[in-house]
Amino acid sequence: MQNDVVLKMRGITKQFPGTLALDEVDFTLNKGEIHALMGENGAGKSTLIKVLTGVYEKDGGSIWVEGGEGEAHIHSPQDAQNIGISTVYQEITLCPNLTVAENMFIGRTSGQVVNWKECEKRAGEILSNLGIPARPRQQLGTCSLAVQQMVAIGRAVDMQCKVLILDEPTSSLDDKEVESLFKLMRDLKSRGVGIIFVTHFLEQVYEVCDRITVLRNGQLVGEYPIEELPQVELVAKMMGKSLDDLADFEAVGEKSTGAKEVVYEANGLSSTDCRPYDFSIRRGEVNGFTGLLGSGRSESVRAIFGADRVTGGKVRVKGKDVKITNPHEAMKNGIGYLPEDRKRDGIIADLSVRENIILALQVMKGFFHPMSKAQMKQFADEYIKALQIKTASQDTPIKSLSGGNQQKVILARWLLTHPDYLILDEPTRGIDVGTKLEIQKLVLKLAEENMSVTFISSEIEEMLRTCSRLIVMRDRKIVGELTGEQLTQGYVMKTIAGGEQ
Amino acid sequence: MNGVKNNARAKRREPLTDAQLLMTISIGIFVAMYALAMIFMGGGFLKVQQIFDLLNDNAALIIVASALTIVMIGGGINISVGGVISLTCMACAIFLNAHTGGLSIPLATLLALGIGLAFGAGMGFLVSYLEIQPFIVSLAGMFLARGLTTMLSVNPVKVAHEGFLALVKSKIKISWLGYVAQNGNLIPAKLEIGAVVALLVVLVMALLLRYVRLGRNIYALGGNRQSALMLGINVKRTCFMSYVISGLLSGIAGFVFLTHKPAGNASVAMRSEMDAIAASIIGGTLLTGGVGNVIGTLFGVLILATIQKIIALSPLNASWWQDMASGAMLGFFIILQSVVLSYRSKQKK
Repeated sequence: MQNDVVLKMRGITKQFPGTLALDEVDFTLNKGEIHALMGENGAGKSTLIKVLTGVYEKDGGSIWVEGGEGEAHIHSPQDAQNIGISTVYQEITLCPNLTVAENMFIGRTSGQVVNWKECEKRAGEILSNLGIPARPRQQLGTCSLAVQQMVAIGRAVDMQCKVLILDEPTSSLDDKEVESLFKLMRDLKSRGVGIIFVTHFLEQVYEVCDRITVLRNGQLVGEYPIEELPQVELVAKMMGKSLDDLADFEAVGEKSTGAKEVVYEANGLSSTDCRPYDFSIRRGEVNGFTGLLGSGRSESVRAIFGADRVTGGKVRVKGKDVKITNPHEAMKNGIGYLPEDRKRDGIIADLSVRENIILALQVMKGFFHPMSKAQMKQFADEYIKALQIKTASQDTPIKSLSGGNQQKVILARWLLTHPDYLILDEPTRGIDVGTKLEIQKLVLKLAEENMSVTFISSEIEEMLRTCSRLIVMRDRKIVGELTGEQLTQGYVMKTIAGGEQ
Repeated sequence: MNGVKNNARAKRREPLTDAQLLMTISIGIFVAMYALAMIFMGGGFLKVQQIFDLLNDNAALIIVASALTIVMIGGGINISVGGVISLTCMACAIFLNAHTGGLSIPLATLLALGIGLAFGAGMGFLVSYLEIQPFIVSLAGMFLARGLTTMLSVNPVKVAHEGFLALVKSKIKISWLGYVAQNGNLIPAKLEIGAVVALLVVLVMALLLRYVRLGRNIYALGGNRQSALMLGINVKRTCFMSYVISGLLSGIAGFVFLTHKPAGNASVAMRSEMDAIAASIIGGTLLTGGVGNVIGTLFGVLILATIQKIIALSPLNASWWQDMASGAMLGFFIILQSVVLSYRSKQKK
């Protein structure tokens, strides 16, 4: 082991039922460096971190930590802390009702009686040492999120940590708060702490990191010094494309872009989770939002549907000014939305396939206008056939269907309401290739029948195949709108990556 | 030297925590209410004995309200305390009538503690290790305790143990706090043993919550269970201990109740769990956990007791007026708490 290596992971393998989450992954962290761990959803970043922090037991491979004798055995978060690995999570894992000092020392004092005076004194030293703007006796809940995050880091640092893992620490911070967090990170780096930085924000990576390790589908793609991996190449690696693919100008199929009337138009639409943006879609058009995970693409369409609290903007549906502040109003205006997380927002697991199909229509009609059983059966049958949903019967609980078939049921739910405008957020995630193609075909067919569709997917090929217009987002901002000739893999990725080439 | 001075100044300026703020409000309201009673009702309210009587009559309630406060700070609830009081009273009354030896009083005390401990540990185990809803667990505990009480004796059992009756009558007399009666005799202020025990319990629990590791861990648990786990706290044991303490305190409350009214009775302390919850909330404990203080709870009990006293001495003397006034007070406090706390969180932004 070299002198400046603080953490070495070799051949880490982790198996979950049905998937190989980590496949022989290597990771090396040096003293005094900030090391970005990058990858799209399902790449294995969080699994790797959880193995390192003892939340998961690894199935294979070994871990060495500087100063430890031989291999490190990490079976619990406590073990990880004891050998100098500390983690600061995305959500703040402190107690808002306690004081800053208590949060820094609780759970790691010895003896039954705690000398809080002493703790407050030491907390004060750490805070001023690291330049964290908090007072030891202040109640944590009165600090801003960034300061709370820093207090968590202060606690971690005081535990003699050699390896500090920051798991998306910036996702809820504003620009100024991010800046002060970075200052703290650089300061720790100069003191020799090795920092693993996980984030979705590409620009932040290039601002603070020294090296990047990229994972994809549970495998190591590679480890690169930051100056050798331009932003666009990083995106290509995360998405599993080589630069050759980027140069490859793929022919784009003919898609109708006829000048039909605008179905939906928004000016300066914003919600609690997305910044103001303009957007419109024409009858029979298929467009898409693209960008990396966390770029704000889902948040933007959720605002259209009123799924998050809408905070501003003018909306026109078919030329009429309307207000859409909740999903019910969106539905009444002919907008349907298939959510990204079907387990959480979509299916009602214990209800039958039929009841799940009927749901949206029933909500639209109002609960005081029940449909007859025969009518419900007829609707359900019609759509089970049309979408080729594989289910034992329409009375089967939806939870016993496969993911792809569940997705089709939810799709059927929205088609039944005959929306003018349908938003599909990652409709093909986690379903098999055959069903994916079916859904893509269905989208194009719906567009031919004059329905407008917004399609979101992590797979660019899929978007290129279906969309005639792509809205590209990065770091919660729209950075480009691509049509016609611009719709190629290379161009899309360059737009996603942005920045200097 | 300069640093120390700055430090001291910084300490003075530190704003109150949520728990301290809510406690301060309830102490302030108690003082204001009592002062108004002194001015407009005079009489008994001008004597120190009045406050002592509030403590004497509500000693058991103060103890169980402290028990509830601790469980509620940890994010739980325990509605079995009234049942445990009645069971302890009955069991101790029967035990004292059966054993007249010199050691019988200490043994009865141990019996009370044992019953409380058994209930606390049993419910704590179910809540923390088997992760069953605390409301359901303590509801079951309440039924079990009430059922056991009636099983021991359907009829009231009066304590005939002479030593114990002497203990019931014994009072701590403080003459300089007394008053001179119309016939010229000095009547000293009297404090019952139970009230002294209650004040001791409040003091010990306040110290435990403030300075002992377990106490702070209970706050962390109620503040955010997931965070507490991540901060390296043994969440299950902490939760378990909060129920053990509340059970133990219920046992003590039962014994104290017996020293105030020396008879076991199935209907004893019938609503006391609800009064205790009300007192905790008025004293500044949040049902959502993480915020609260036993000193505040003491004042919560005193506020409820003072309202009842005022109404008892007024022309509105009727139990429904007392209930309605307590209800109104509770509603007022909950609204006040949420207004104060939401104003605070707005100020932060």
